[in-house]
Amino acid sequence: MNQPATEPCQQQPAPAGDRLHLREMRAAFPHTIPVLTGFLFLGLAFGILMNSKGYGALWAVGMSLFTFAGSMQYVAVNLLTAAFNPLYAFLLTLMVNARHLFYGVSMLEPFQGLGKKKCYLIFALCDETFSILCSAKPPQGLDRGWFMIWVALLDHCYWVLGTALGSLAGALITFDTTGIDFVMTALFVVIFLNQWREQKNHLPAVVGVGASLICLVLFGPDNFLLPAMAAMAVVLCFARKNIEGRDAAC
Amino acid sequence: MLTPFQAFVTIALVTVGTMLTRFLPFLLFPDAKKAPSVVRYLGSVLPCAVMGMLVVYCLKGVSLTQAPYGLPELLALACVAGLHLWRRNTLLSIGVGTIFYMVLVQFVF
Repeated sequence: MNQPATEPCQQQPAPAGDRLHLREMRAAFPHTIPVLTGFLFLGLAFGILMNSKGYGALWAVGMSLFTFAGSMQYVAVNLLTAAFNPLYAFLLTLMVNARHLFYGVSMLEPFQGLGKKKCYLIFALCDETFSILCSAKPPQGLDRGWFMIWVALLDHCYWVLGTALGSLAGALITFDTTGIDFVMTALFVVIFLNQWREQKNHLPAVVGVGASLICLVLFGPDNFLLPAMAAMAVVLCFARKNIEGRDAAC
Repeated sequence: MLTPFQAFVTIALVTVGTMLTRFLPFLLFPDAKKAPSVVRYLGSVLPCAVMGMLVVYCLKGVSLTQAPYGLPELLALACVAGLHLWRRNTLLSIGVGTIFYMVLVQFVF
């Protein structure tokens, strides 16, 4: 494991005039570049889609600003074009986004003691921000809390900006962007490989891929996530002695 | 078409549902150090497991029984992984892999 960057003695005071903690932003920005690409175009596509269903910029941008949940927002477009069914909308959201529970459990300790910053970090904990926060560590001497805030805030901005561009100027995009969403898959693959290299015990990673693949085959693409999560939690709990005995923290 | 009020309620519920899934672990265990040891254990191993799940989640719509049989995804994944194991440059692996995938789905398959 890396040295905890929270030790007070390792932190240098921020230079005067750096109230926005721009040093942390400069450190965070490179980690978010893949998300910049992905979110601009996926946000753009969301804005265009909302527009085509009769929901203008205010609706689309408002949703990206306050909901900030990529795949669920696409699902919500279907909800907005079907018959009004609030209970179904709520339950479907819980099912689609249940994976956030695992992100929260993983971030209990990293977010510990961050005060007010913690609220925004939890609010903005989407797939991509979670992946970066799992793997990226701030350089020595920088504030860990502000580094995480900037990762989350930059990602949030890209998503809102992409949505705004899509709903206001979507028709101006003329080149074929088919396949650009693969940037997110590539991001997760790279982080997966980085974690694989860092950890001694590969069982958690193998269980994650294995349980997901098996459940995908058994339950199909629309229903595999919840059984996969349950299977993962159960298998990892049974393997606890084996894993903890070999120091697998990732 | 929903009325604006119905649309607002739908979006509000989607937002509340999303926030519930994000905040629940922190509401249940406000102090991470006092969380049950099984929860802290899961918190330490889940990042690796979840990243594998996210990769599968991204690829869930790929059909292996219909043309092009998942070939573009397989080739692009091999490109990302191979490049990353070779050069270990995150942005290079992601950038080249994505452009390669776009070329494959737009011009090859």
